[in-house]
Amino acid sequence: MREEFSLPSRIESVDIAAMRIDEFARRAGLGEDFVGSIDLAVRESVANAVKHGNNLDESKSVDITLEITAAGFEMQVRDYGEGFDLAEVPDPTDPENLLKSSGRGILFMQAFMDIVEWTRHDDGGTVVRMVKRR
Amino acid sequence: MSDLTISERQAGDVTILDLEGKVTIGEGSVALRNAIRRLLGEGKNKILLNLAGVGYIDSSGIGELVSSFTAVNKEGGTLKLLNLTQKIQDLLAITKLLTVFDVYNDEAEALASFN
Repeated sequence: MREEFSLPSRIESVDIAAMRIDEFARRAGLGEDFVGSIDLAVRESVANAVKHGNNLDESKSVDITLEITAAGFEMQVRDYGEGFDLAEVPDPTDPENLLKSSGRGILFMQAFMDIVEWTRHDDGGTVVRMVKRR
Repeated sequence: MSDLTISERQAGDVTILDLEGKVTIGEGSVALRNAIRRLLGEGKNKILLNLAGVGYIDSSGIGELVSSFTAVNKEGGTLKLLNLTQKIQDLLAITKLLTVFDVYNDEAEALASFN
């Protein structure tokens, strides 16, 4: 079971993506608890693509692929930005960063998904692949 | 419909903000930021955030709690949290912020702690 769709780089797209993924997961027979457990990671990944990947540039879309695989629920989010170095993202749990107002999105993605990995798309942009095992 | 509604009560010199809805990227976070800014502008710097009605919070919402905390501290005040849902408590634990905030499950106890 697979679905692909694109959303504009607007903050409102976060809620829309979450609703679409919720519907997909329910159609796939994934239970309420499972859907609840992936919801935050879904939102954070789309928010990151909108805000940081595409810099809220509405001419750039956020492309989302959802799939039920042997591994479980898999989601890919692609932005059209310049990319980033994960090693340079500050650790928000480091005492010197605790009182920063941002920077916790990746932490939540990694906390609630079993696999989170980033790659550069051949045609530009960054793809984050997340998997939650059933 | 707004993502977040905020009601205000006064208990002595402590202002209680009862939050209802979502504190997330966009409207919800902005509503909280504006409420805190307004209170500080009015000289109210003892603030208790009642999160019993917050069904959902994301990293932006957590960030807004942190911003509120630092803004209030900067004005010589105190901001504390009341009635965290299990989910919010878990998120504060993941972010190591449970060590930063004073968190209460009982309003009377929370109010007494300001003095």
